[in-house]
Amino acid sequence: MTFIAKPKVTHPSLPQNALGLTRRAYEGALSTLCAGCGHDSITAAIVEACWRLSIEPQNLVKLSGIGCSSKTTAYFVSGAHGFNAVHGRMPSIAMGANAANRRLSYIGVSGDGDTLSIGLGQFCHAVRRNLDMLYMIENNGVYGLTKGQFSASADVGTRAKKGETNLQPPIDPVLLALDLGATFVARGFSGDKRQLVPLIEAGLKHRGFALIDVLSPCVTFNDHEGSTKSYAYTREHYEPAVLADFVPSEAPITVDYGAGEAREVTLHDGSRIVLRKIDSGYDPTDRAAAAAAVQARMSSGEYLTGLIYVDPGEERPDFHQINGTPEEPLNALPYEQLSPGSAGLRKVLARYR
Amino acid sequence: MATSAPRRINDFTLKIATVNGTGSASANTLLMKTIFRSGVPVTGKNFFPSNIQGLPTWYEIRVSHAGHLARSGSVELMVALNPETYARDVRELAPGGYLVYDSTWPRPVLLSRSDITAVGVPLARMCNENFTGVRTRILMKNICYAGVLAALLNLDLARMRELLGETYAKKPQLLESNVKALQLGFDYAREHFACPLPLAIEPMNRTAGHVMIDGNTAAALGCVFAGATVAAWYPITPSTSLMDAFKGFCERLRVDAASGVKRFAFIQAEDELAAIGMVLGASWNGARAFTATSGPGISLMNEFLGLAYYAEVPAVLFDVQRVGPSTGMPTRTQQGDLMACAYASHGDTRHVCLYPADPAECFTMAVEAFDLAERLQTPVMVLSDLDIGMNDWMCPQFQWDDAYRPDRGKVLGREQIEKLEKFHRYLDTDGDGIPWRTLPGVHPKGAYFTRGSGHTQFGTYTEDAHDYQLVLDRLMKKWQTAKTYVPRALIEGAGREVGIVSVGSSDSAVREALGLLAAEGVSVDYMRVRAFPFGAEVERFLAEHALVFVVEQNRDAQLRSLLTLETPVAKAKLRSLLHYSGLPVSSRFIVEGVLAELRGRPSAVKPSAVGA
Repeated sequence: MTFIAKPKVTHPSLPQNALGLTRRAYEGALSTLCAGCGHDSITAAIVEACWRLSIEPQNLVKLSGIGCSSKTTAYFVSGAHGFNAVHGRMPSIAMGANAANRRLSYIGVSGDGDTLSIGLGQFCHAVRRNLDMLYMIENNGVYGLTKGQFSASADVGTRAKKGETNLQPPIDPVLLALDLGATFVARGFSGDKRQLVPLIEAGLKHRGFALIDVLSPCVTFNDHEGSTKSYAYTREHYEPAVLADFVPSEAPITVDYGAGEAREVTLHDGSRIVLRKIDSGYDPTDRAAAAAAVQARMSSGEYLTGLIYVDPGEERPDFHQINGTPEEPLNALPYEQLSPGSAGLRKVLARYR
Repeated sequence: MATSAPRRINDFTLKIATVNGTGSASANTLLMKTIFRSGVPVTGKNFFPSNIQGLPTWYEIRVSHAGHLARSGSVELMVALNPETYARDVRELAPGGYLVYDSTWPRPVLLSRSDITAVGVPLARMCNENFTGVRTRILMKNICYAGVLAALLNLDLARMRELLGETYAKKPQLLESNVKALQLGFDYAREHFACPLPLAIEPMNRTAGHVMIDGNTAAALGCVFAGATVAAWYPITPSTSLMDAFKGFCERLRVDAASGVKRFAFIQAEDELAAIGMVLGASWNGARAFTATSGPGISLMNEFLGLAYYAEVPAVLFDVQRVGPSTGMPTRTQQGDLMACAYASHGDTRHVCLYPADPAECFTMAVEAFDLAERLQTPVMVLSDLDIGMNDWMCPQFQWDDAYRPDRGKVLGREQIEKLEKFHRYLDTDGDGIPWRTLPGVHPKGAYFTRGSGHTQFGTYTEDAHDYQLVLDRLMKKWQTAKTYVPRALIEGAGREVGIVSVGSSDSAVREALGLLAAEGVSVDYMRVRAFPFGAEVERFLAEHALVFVVEQNRDAQLRSLLTLETPVAKAKLRSLLHYSGLPVSSRFIVEGVLAELRGRPSAVKPSAVGA
């Protein structure tokens, strides 16, 4: 259906956000992915989150690598600049872009191939730098565009469409990010938008590196019997640990979920994440415990989902805090503040006499 | 001691052979600066191993009243302090030359030649008697030989003490021991030898208005003046000192005294693949960004360079070339990346390259590179090399025009975008092949999707044959425009039948060779190319000369290949003079090469080409 241009008409009764924009303003080009692809649900969740946050479209920067997932940045917020990098190297583009202008919001969309194989190094170093961005992995355990090879996130024992069984252990991005010191680590499921949208909102608002690994079944190459990343398997085995709701700084708290043991995490701009624990023993601010819980579930073939870990005080400095860059974006500094001029040159060169 | 040798005042080469990690660099710098401050033109070239400690290292100081900066190709005074290389060091000395050595122990190998004069000084014994501690004794031996040379070469001892005072201003004990070591060497030489030697320094006034600086420092300074704010890199010899210098300058010049806020971002990347990605991300987002690397880094950056070419993202790279292929010899010089940079990446790609010849041009071309990258919306590579980058060259004091403002090229502002009905990223609206671009965060109507996949002139994805080809052809049009933007080749002389073409650091040796050839009765015209793509003047020079020598420092005649690929010149009239040992080319190499060709095979060129 990609040849049909999407009409940009809006109905006056469509709800508007604080900027007076409807959800349509946050949509992009029509998806060219397979019908029923989990990635399209994630795109819809991103549209919803950006609309809810009332982000000015031009203040969002969309980044991606190569693969099915990386195509999706064209399918949301058409008023935002997008950068489709080379395979596995989106984090470096994001780092440079963020260094140049710290005021914009950066969202990276990648896949399990793009992040966990060819891009594993750049992913790890983006986490280390605490690069201020939301990094989403649309994780389906399989290479789609090259027709069904296992990716590095394929589980042991999962069966490929052509019948081969994977015997190599997976690299889990959530455990990896926890180990590398990420300050916001979440896992979602493309089939659970209610859980996913607040995670995206919170991830966009979080200062520092926010990872959301989203289990996103590939309907064409990995949705068969024997696959551990099919819709059917994922629905049965994903286990929400902590439900999160995002509350903008100006809004009163109205948590979507029923009453439970609620806890608030306040972000640097005054907005809050309200966490409700499903399992009363789980503490999403305890990194070691979070990693242990993820691992325990994994060993029984389950995925723990929700906001798995958050640095409650956003205490770890992000790249700019470490670097000591000014609040004003580097790309906006007037030249006069950058060059010492001819007098400065003479002074510098006096040392080379 | 022999005194019959002809006097060579302010015109000789002195070479010091030591072991790396023993602290000889400070003594060598002291000698260089003393000569420089005496008003005598001088350059120093460091031939060092890829190693921290224990391997042979040499420092060659060329003193030239005429101001020649290249290696002459002969050594008149050798300071041989490394037993491992005694034999070859003695062999290298020119007949009639002088050999300074440590006579603490008998050294028969050093006394094997009768056509040189040996000057034995018991450096180790003197330092052992006068200093305590193993490390101090080793370090002081260096300053001690500097004292010996001061006496032998008639250097101004007071000036040397003054320089030591500047170096050790904050370390009085070190100053004291250094001054003492200097005096020890000086006094011993005065007492035992007829000083000065026929090789000597006499003060002149030929260094006023000049600086002694290396190309990496100069390039870093150029980046500061160009207004670069984002620097991303991965450490690699010999480019590392460029980034270190940039950081150092920024910490002095760009840190707000009150708040400590830094008006720059300095990012040590995880590898070169990430370094170039960061540069592209930052440039795409409107900051002036750059990286510095060497050949292996260029290889790794190839994929991103193709994206930058095709998606039209500005970027500035400094390639401080070293010896390849592969790891090669990381601390030796070569011009081996000319081809790799010109056509880096797969598919139809071509890149703007600038070729500085010395640190002064590293400074000016750094600034030009940023302007060109933004005007042309493409990567610009500045190809320096280890010889330029890491050695101290005497250059005219750099000038700066305070009226300079960065040329950011065709970037649409908020108001301009507002007036547009629709923005098309890759549409050539002005006929120069350069489209307009927009920056994120300015206006939603300016948003576009940057991609390395096939795209139309409107910026949308395509797999359509015609639409794809339109963009590729327009990129070629931009390339034609680039020919008129890049620095012109410099041409000296006209009308002769023989010409020489060179590039980058080969220039100083060619310049000296031109004079030497003229003295031999061979007059030639000279062109130094300074950029790729080549301008019309390059084509003209090649057309106007019957025989053209192409001087470059690589095995495969890469400049010659580029000339034959990109101009209509007949291959047969381009003769290569190739120097690829890892040492900087000498003027003697060029003179001998040209004379061998012209005189050894007179049929190659009409007789009229030779002669006054």
